[in-house]
This record gives sequence, C-alpha cells and structure tokens, in this order.
Amino acid sequence: MTRVLELDHITKRFGAVTANEDVSLHLEKGEIVALLGENGAGKTTLMSILFGHYTADEGSVRVKGQALPPGKSRAAIRAGVGMVHQHFALAPNLTVLENVMTGTESLWKLRSDRAAGRAKLMELSQRFGLKVDPEARVADLSVGECQRVEILKALYNDAEVLILDEPTAVLTAQEAESLFATLREMAAKGLSLIFISHKLHEVMSASDRVVVLRRGRVVAERETAETSKEELAELMVGRAVQRPERLPARPGAVLLEAVDVSLGGKGAASLRGVSFRLHAGETLGIIGVSGNGQTTLAGLVSGLYAPDAGALLIKGHAPARYDVPHAIAAGIGRIPEDRNAEGTIGDMSTWENAVLERIWAPEFSSGGMVRRAAARAATEAIIRDYDVRGASVDGRIRLLSGGNMQKLILGRVLTAGPDILIAAQPSRGLDEGAIAGVHERLLEARGRGAGVLLISEDLDEVIGLSDRIRAIVGGRLSPAIPAERADAQLLGLMMAGDWTAAERIEAEGEAK
Amino acid sequence: MSVLLDILGSVGMWEAVLRIATPLIFGTLGVLLCERVGVLNLGIEGIMTFGAMVGWLTVYSGGDLWLGMLAAALGGAVFGLLHAVLTVVFGLSQHVTGLGITLFASSFSYYVFRLAVPTSSSPPTVEPFRAYPVPGLSEIPVLGPILFTQTAPTYLALALVAVLAYGLYRTPLGLAMRMTGENPHAVDAQGIDPIRLRIGTIMAGSALMGMGGAFLTLAAFNSFFPTMVQGRGWICVALVVFALWRPGRALLGALLFAFFDAFQLRLQTVVDGVPYQLFLMLPYVLSILALIAMARRARVPQALMQPYRRGER
Ligand SMILES: Nc1ncnc2c1ncn2[C@@H]1O[C@H](COP(=O)(O)OP(=O)(O)OP(=O)(O)O)[C@@H](O)[C@H]1O
Ligand SMILES: [Mg+2]
Repeated sequence: MTRVLELDHITKRFGAVTANEDVSLHLEKGEIVALLGENGAGKTTLMSILFGHYTADEGSVRVKGQALPPGKSRAAIRAGVGMVHQHFALAPNLTVLENVMTGTESLWKLRSDRAAGRAKLMELSQRFGLKVDPEARVADLSVGECQRVEILKALYNDAEVLILDEPTAVLTAQEAESLFATLREMAAKGLSLIFISHKLHEVMSASDRVVVLRRGRVVAERETAETSKEELAELMVGRAVQRPERLPARPGAVLLEAVDVSLGGKGAASLRGVSFRLHAGETLGIIGVSGNGQTTLAGLVSGLYAPDAGALLIKGHAPARYDVPHAIAAGIGRIPEDRNAEGTIGDMSTWENAVLERIWAPEFSSGGMVRRAAARAATEAIIRDYDVRGASVDGRIRLLSGGNMQKLILGRVLTAGPDILIAAQPSRGLDEGAIAGVHERLLEARGRGAGVLLISEDLDEVIGLSDRIRAIVGGRLSPAIPAERADAQLLGLMMAGDWTAAERIEAEGEAK
Repeated sequence: MSVLLDILGSVGMWEAVLRIATPLIFGTLGVLLCERVGVLNLGIEGIMTFGAMVGWLTVYSGGDLWLGMLAAALGGAVFGLLHAVLTVVFGLSQHVTGLGITLFASSFSYYVFRLAVPTSSSPPTVEPFRAYPVPGLSEIPVLGPILFTQTAPTYLALALVAVLAYGLYRTPLGLAMRMTGENPHAVDAQGIDPIRLRIGTIMAGSALMGMGGAFLTLAAFNSFFPTMVQGRGWICVALVVFALWRPGRALLGALLFAFFDAFQLRLQTVVDGVPYQLFLMLPYVLSILALIAMARRARVPQALMQPYRRGER
C-alpha cells in the first residue's frame, strides 16, 4: 500500500476556541476513511486545512510524501486533492460547465477551450456514472445534482484524493445510496477518499476505516469491520447515546387545521388540496422525499405565504392576515429547513439572532429601544441550556458549526413556549448526541401541550417522534396512520403515492 | 409633428448620439466590470472628474492627446486601487467608500486644477481630438457620417464593448471574474485568489471610468471645469442595471440615453413656451422608465456588495 496523504500533528485555534489539537491522520491509496465527530468537533476545520483554505497554527500536510505549502488551495489542487464542501461552493447563475471549468485553464489564455472542457466533463460523468447536463444553470439543479457537480469539479481537476464534507446531509436516502455506490467504485479505481458523516449506517457500510474526533482531538481509530454503530456513537459523544422514548400522547383541542389548502409553489413544489388537523399535545409527522411540497407547507404554516384557496385555521380562527408577525403572535414557532438562509443572519451576532424574531415582545424591547441586557441574558441561557458549543453572545453566528447553529435556533424557538411548533428537518446535519437532544426537546414541547408538526425525510425520526404520520407526495397529503402501525415498508408505499393500505388503516381508526 | 421628423431626420442629431454616448460607454463598461466581480463602485462620478482633469492637464502641459487618455486611465486606476483596498481588503461599506471617493476625487481634481491654473476666469483650452473619417467607410451615405466620422476615442469605446463581451464570456479570466461576482468562495476553492482578482478588475474598471472623463475634456469639449461630469457617472451605474450586466446591452443603454439627450437638446431650440428644464429632465425620466422595465428581469451578480474574507466560512 502506498500512503497518499498524511496530516501531521495539526493544531488550529480560532481565538479562544481550539478547533483541532495535535491531529494526525493518514490515508492509503484506494482507501475510504470516514471522519466522525460531534458538531463542532473540528472536522470541517481539519479538512479545510488539508485543502489549504485555512492555515494551521502547527503541523504539516503531506501528499504523496511532498509537503504542501500552507494556505494555498491552488497547491492542494495541483497535488491532486479535491474537496466537496459542506456548503456547496457553486455559482448559481453560471452553467455546470462554467462552474467546473473555472480556474482550470491558465487565466491569461485568450480563448477558453469549452469543447475540450465539455468532452472531458462528459467522459468523467460517464466513467463514474454521475449524470449532469453541462449547459444547465446551477440554480435550476436539485441538491443531489449540485452534489454531483461538486464531485465532478474535483474529478475534473484530476483529484486522486477526494474529500467529502457531509455529502449526504441534504440528499435523499436513494441519492445517498447511489452516491456511496459511486464512491466505492472510485476507490476501486484507485482514488482515495475521506468522507464526513453523522449517519452511522453510512459509515459502517461505506468506509474501510473510521477516525473519530472529539473536541478537536483524535480519540479513536477503528477498522470498520471491527467496530459497531453503538461503539462509534459512544466514542463520538463520550457516553452511550440513546434516543428518547415517546410516551403515549394525550391529544387535546385542535390547534391547527388546514382545510383544502392549495398554494402555487414559490420556487418550490406547490400544495394541492391539503387538509389536516393538529391537536394540542400530539406530534403529526409529515414524511416525504424532499421537493414534494414540504417547503411550501412549512412556509404556509409559519406565515410566509397565504393560501391561494382553502383556509388555515389557528385555534379555530383564520388569522387576520397571513404573515409572519401574525403567525408568531398566534403562538407558532418554527425551526426552518435551511438554517443559513432562513434561520439565521450570518453576519449578526448570536444575541441578535437569538431575539430578532421576538424583538417587539416587551421582554426584549420597550418604547422602541432594545433591552440589551435582557436579550443578552436570554441568549446566555440558551447557549447554556442547549449546549451551543463555540458560541459567544457577541460573536457572529456565521462562525458556528452547522449543528451548533441548529441548537441555537431550537433554543430560541422553544424558550418562547410556542403552542404550535413546526419543525422542518430538525436534525439535518446533527450528530447522534445532538439528535437525541433535539428529539428530547421536541417530545418535551409536546408533553407540555404544544402541537408539533414534524416535517422530515428520516424514517426513524418520524416513527420515533410522531403520534400520527402522513406522507406528502406531489403536494398532496396521504391519510394519517398511527405511528404504531408504521414501518419502513408501509411508509415507503405511502411516500410512493400508494395510499390504499393507509386509507384502510385510517378508516379502521375512525370506526373504533 | 414635422418638427420632430426634421430632428429625427437630421444627420447631425444621429452623429451627436454616438458622441454623447461615448463617455457613458466607457463609464458603464467600467461599472460593469467592477460589479461583475461583486463590487459596487460609486466612486465613478469623482473618478470621471479626475480623469477629465488629468487628461486635460496632461495635454495642456504639452502632452500628446493619447498621453492624456493614458494619464486619465492611470489616474482612474489609482483611485480604483484605493477603492479596492478599502472595500475588498478591509471589507468596508462599498456605498460609503464609493461616495467618499467621489467627493474626494472631485475636490482633489478642482484643487489640482487651481494649482495648475491659479487665475483666469475663462478656462484655458486645448486642441481636442478631431473627427477621424474612416477611409472608405465614411463615404457611405447617411451611415458614413453617423458612424464613421467620429473621434478616435469613440472608436476605441466601441471596440472595448466587443473586447469585454468576448473577454467576459470566452476567456478563462472572464469566467473567473464572473464567478467571483457570483460566489467568491467557489473561486477560492478552485485555487484562484478572489481578492487579487477583485482588486485587479476594479483598477481596470476605474481606468475605463477615467478615460470616459477624459473624453469630455479632450474630445467632447476642449477645457476643464469642475462640474462637467454632471451626473454622468450616476447614469452609468443605472445603465449597468438596465444592461443586465452585459456589455452589448450596456452599449445599447448608453446609445438610448444619448439619443434622448440629443433629442431633447434639439427640441429645446424648436419648441417655445415650455420651460427648457422639462426637456432636460426627459432623458432621465425615460431612463428611469426603461430601468423599471428592465430591472425586473435583472439577474444581479449574487455576491454583489458582499465582502470576502479568507479563512472564514
Ligand atoms: N473561521 C472561524 N472562526 C472562528 N471559529 C471557527 C471558525 N471556523 C470554525 N470555528 C469553530 O471551530 C469549531 C470547529 O468547527 P468545525 O466547523 O470544524 O466543526 P465540524 O466538526 O465540522 O461540525 P459540524 O458537524 O457541525 O459541521 C467550532 O467550535 C466552530 O465554532
Ligand atoms: Mg462541518
């Protein structure tokens, strides 16, 4: 075996935060290594150092025995390192081919050789089974397709070492499966890969070796064949993790009711005649492959859009106006699907982000002036109670790791004590420990009588948290089935649009 | 009615259109370049003034006319560098920096002008660019006098439109520039330094603005006075939106505005009883209407006005 990559005693600090401490890691040719660790453990930072995006405070990176100059992505690319970033590094208004070709030719060439570029792209796309349309505008692609473009971009640069930072966080289960099939094929062809994931089943099925980071340090290294999900979860968090149990629900009055709502898609799939009821003290799970109207549904309930037809009743009344302030005033809390775009404002501080949604509440402002002391105290409480790591009250929120940002949003919503909670993909990108934490909080909210509308693609999450489950397919909702009757097969049928079994189960429930 | 037809039918009117459009073409291309890499450059009004002054001063002190254009370009580039350092390197507000540069460059131009020409009530003149009839082509009836009997800088401006259109869409450098305006992180991830690219492009764009200013003193008129740019810079900023950030459309926009301007000038002289200020407003009002019509389709560079800091997520 030849060693293609070596990271030697890497240390990286951001002010008071030590993101990596004395981390060493190596990669053999044709090997797939999984990098595992809690949110904020320093995985992205480590990979960014390897790729020359950050400069390490100490330590060195060697590719095929040659030391890489620190802080130079160009050198890393030349040495054959390719990176697929956690947040895609793509330009939405440019075409796929343009995104792939940028920076691959000498800048001073008088003519860009698009024909050759396209030929090379198509050849790679064929060889690795990554289908793309070179002339499509990136903004028109689905996340799965963007992911493919990112990988092709790295391959186009003749990468021999490919790094994927949470490649499956935004993919559907099928997309993820086909991605891993591709990655294994790549490894068989001699590429070496490092991928980051929070999903243990992916790690177990796709990797040869696992490296676990905790609080910036390597705490364990295992051959995948010689470890188990349980051991990895424990190594990662430092304790055994268990997802919380759901106690039987005690449903109360109807809090939220949609009556035959239709809504044209706002850049997302539309809703076509959606009806459902959400009771106090219960969780209604909406499962579905993304792109079937979930985003629109979440937007509708949080007051972003008004229905084109039908009505949305909150505690029996139609709101005076369908907008966000009215929704918040009516007691609706939301955990948005895209935390960077809709959940936070990256360049504002943690405390501003924590209170902005309720800045007009008397707690946080009076007479048009912000009550900073109260706002900061509330933020400190959230950081403490929800274990938001790496956050300071005045620090910009952009600097938080994805998982910790999510914890802050969760804290912000739940401390307001909403009657109706809408949680869209609440554990996307979170580690096992954090997911358990989020689930516990969602169950707690339900326990004190809130109605929770859970929108998720994750079967285990939906079955584990919901009392009743509906599938969303092409903007329509399936009949509701009780969680006790749900299993992967039935939910799979429902998500595929076959509702006969679900209808029977719903009818049974009503007959009783 | 026949008055209008008379105006529209006169060769002089159409010839003026291209002349009036020239500084706008330079300026619009300059703003377009800066915005394509994601930086708003409101320094244009001042940079044009400075270009006008430096160009004029160079020729007044005995330099060649082209040396004057070159000096204006260099002067523009220097102010561009200042803007780039403040907005790109230090990440300061692009609005505030740009307006600051406009104020500074305008006053500084007047200051230098007064140093060079301390006393004199009527501004001293230079010998400006003469119309250069392109051999052969200028003989074509109607089109010849309109298109091919212009001054050399006008031909240069037209050529630049083609060069930029080609450069932005057909060369690796142009692609990298467009990508920088869309997502500097993506450029960085491909191993190109978006900061250096931004600085260089802003300097080039500002050089064009400087040349646009110099056209005023070295071709359109023959002397310098401090208020001569008269909002042309701001028009260029608006024209870039109208142009949807494309060089070809920028030319179209500049011509359209120049057409309205030339038209109202002639209307003023033939229509009585209407305050001339109303005619002066005409091109601006029509530009605003055109802008509204176009802006809805605008595909703004996604990273416009977003500073990029390395080593940050
Ligand atoms: N540019 C930066 N400035 C300040 N702090 C930073 C910066 N980048 C990362 N950090 C901090 O370093 C720590 C490690 O972050 P990193 O993004 O590497 O975590 P991660 O393991 O990738 O987490 P996740 O699974 O949530 O993506 C976090 O506490 C984060 O807040
Ligand atoms: Mg990360």
